[in-house]
Amino acid sequence: MNLPHPDLYGLLGEFDSPDELMEAAERVRKAGYRRIDAFAPFPVEGLSQALGLGRKHNLVPLLTLAGGLGGGLTGFFFQLWANTSSYPMNIAGRPLNSWPAFIPVTFELTVLGASLFAVFGMLALNKLPQPHHPLFNVERFKRASNDKFFLCIEAHDPNFHLENTARFLQSINAQHVTEVRDED
Amino acid sequence: MSTGDTPVNSPEIRRLARVLEPGHNYASVTDKIASIVLTRPTSLGWLAGFGVSFTILMVLMISIAWLITKGVGIWGINVPVGWGFAIVNFVWWIGIGHAGTLISAILFLLNQTWRTSINRFAEAMTLFAVACAGIFPLLHTGRPWMAYYMFPYPSTMGLWPQFRSPLIWDVFAVSTYGTVSLLFWFVGLIPDLATLRDRATNKAAQIIYGMLAMGWRGSARHWHRYQSAYLLLAGLATPLVLSVHSVISFDFSIAIVPGWHTTIFPPYFVAGAIYSGFAMVLTIAIPLRKAYDLEDFITMRHLENMAKVMLATGLIVAYGYFLEFFMSLYSGNKFDVFLVQQRLHGPYSPYYYALILCNILTPQLLWIQKVRTNVAALFVMSLIINVGMWLERFVIVVISLTRDFMPSAWGRYQPTFWDWSTFIGTLGLFTSLLFLFVRGLPAISIAEMRELVAHSEENK
Repeated sequence: MNLPHPDLYGLLGEFDSPDELMEAAERVRKAGYRRIDAFAPFPVEGLSQALGLGRKHNLVPLLTLAGGLGGGLTGFFFQLWANTSSYPMNIAGRPLNSWPAFIPVTFELTVLGASLFAVFGMLALNKLPQPHHPLFNVERFKRASNDKFFLCIEAHDPNFHLENTARFLQSINAQHVTEVRDED
Repeated sequence: MSTGDTPVNSPEIRRLARVLEPGHNYASVTDKIASIVLTRPTSLGWLAGFGVSFTILMVLMISIAWLITKGVGIWGINVPVGWGFAIVNFVWWIGIGHAGTLISAILFLLNQTWRTSINRFAEAMTLFAVACAGIFPLLHTGRPWMAYYMFPYPSTMGLWPQFRSPLIWDVFAVSTYGTVSLLFWFVGLIPDLATLRDRATNKAAQIIYGMLAMGWRGSARHWHRYQSAYLLLAGLATPLVLSVHSVISFDFSIAIVPGWHTTIFPPYFVAGAIYSGFAMVLTIAIPLRKAYDLEDFITMRHLENMAKVMLATGLIVAYGYFLEFFMSLYSGNKFDVFLVQQRLHGPYSPYYYALILCNILTPQLLWIQKVRTNVAALFVMSLIINVGMWLERFVIVVISLTRDFMPSAWGRYQPTFWDWSTFIGTLGLFTSLLFLFVRGLPAISIAEMRELVAHSEENK
């Protein structure tokens, strides 16, 4: 990769409202940029689509399903094994495999497995925890968790050019276009 | 559209319909909620409240220490009444927790915007209530240090827990409920922790909130997955909350004791849980909004809606009482009929009448809008309902156990000083945790309030 500055992460533009950010995201994409991300203090509907993220970017539902199935099957078959094979006890000739009695625990473990996978899957896919990120070097980026909306074009983008991209961001009404540097 | 003398658009109606007072923007919402944690000085009221709560928490500690020293004999439990206060309090506390999950999960799925400013502290209330609840069965085992026996671990004895027993179902239900509630609450907190991290001015706060926020930066990709995880959690928590109190009701209804062995128990327990939970949310919300000037966020609409939910669930509970009564008489089972007589005329009948007064008669006042919008009246009513729901569990546990099949097995139950001190002590634990929560974490979800601001701007 042939970067103008080795520690340059990208260019960050600031916006005032979710609508401005949405519009900017669409225009940035139309201009051919692909390595882009947007930052907002609350979820903005349609923003990830505007950035060109499709369904396949979200594996959380699938992971949740896997966690739920895993938890439920483990729960049920563990009880079955414990009662019929590991320690079978004949109580007045009642069936060892009394499956209806295993349902509550099976259900609880289904929910537990699914929830754990949903949360930890979401964190893992988002690569969190991530204490260090170049964006945190930008003082104004603090307002991304308050009242401002940001759009970042990363330096890795093939179309990235420091001056041209900065000018482009200004042309789509971004305020305070800042260089984001990954300095230590 | 106006209908005669009460126009739908009257200022009064509009005031009541608001979930957020006008004039707020993203920054003002953030400032107001974050300032409670970050910039406001610790008030004398907070110190006094926390001091009192902490003192009561110490009463719990002493009670537990004495219990572990002497054994469960210091409680009033005896041979017919093996369950006593421990189970009454357990069911009561777990029930209180349920409103938090209902508000955060079910109302979220139903797209109810009025849940937004109350879900955070309602979820915190759930967690703290589950913590208080969990103490009781643990202590009630008599040897809490052996509690790990209840989990299926490969022991040298080759034994497994009795998976067919509702008491083991309880272990799984309550521990799953506690875990999922914690996850749900924490996931909701992540963006707000990032806000606190970015706004904190002292180093310690920056580090602590920074670690908890895990580097959240509000990326659109992150929000996308975050929202789907949150929605899935809500979908999972909804059947979970229904299952937890159903499983707890199985502790009773699977037994053959008269008054317990009925199929109405699961739905009626769940309704009762939500009923008492909303009462507790009101008990907390009313002083909270007053103390921290949050009337703009926790509006009359919230209080009135909660009052309506209480009225509705209260009616379901009333139907449960009626059906219990009716089925006992209709079945003609002499033990069941006898139990009804005992509730009405037995030694514990004052508790039963007090229960009817607190849980069925008082909430009927909520039909009147003037009462629903009167903060003081709602506060008093929420306390009455909390007492009523505690009495309900007392009536269920004690009357049935003292009057089972054979007169020779009948008995009486008298709670001791240590029963009361343990129960009151858990109230101290609950309020101590609440005070710490309000001081250290945002009591209202800031990110969701910003979303609400965005939506109200769209509607303009």
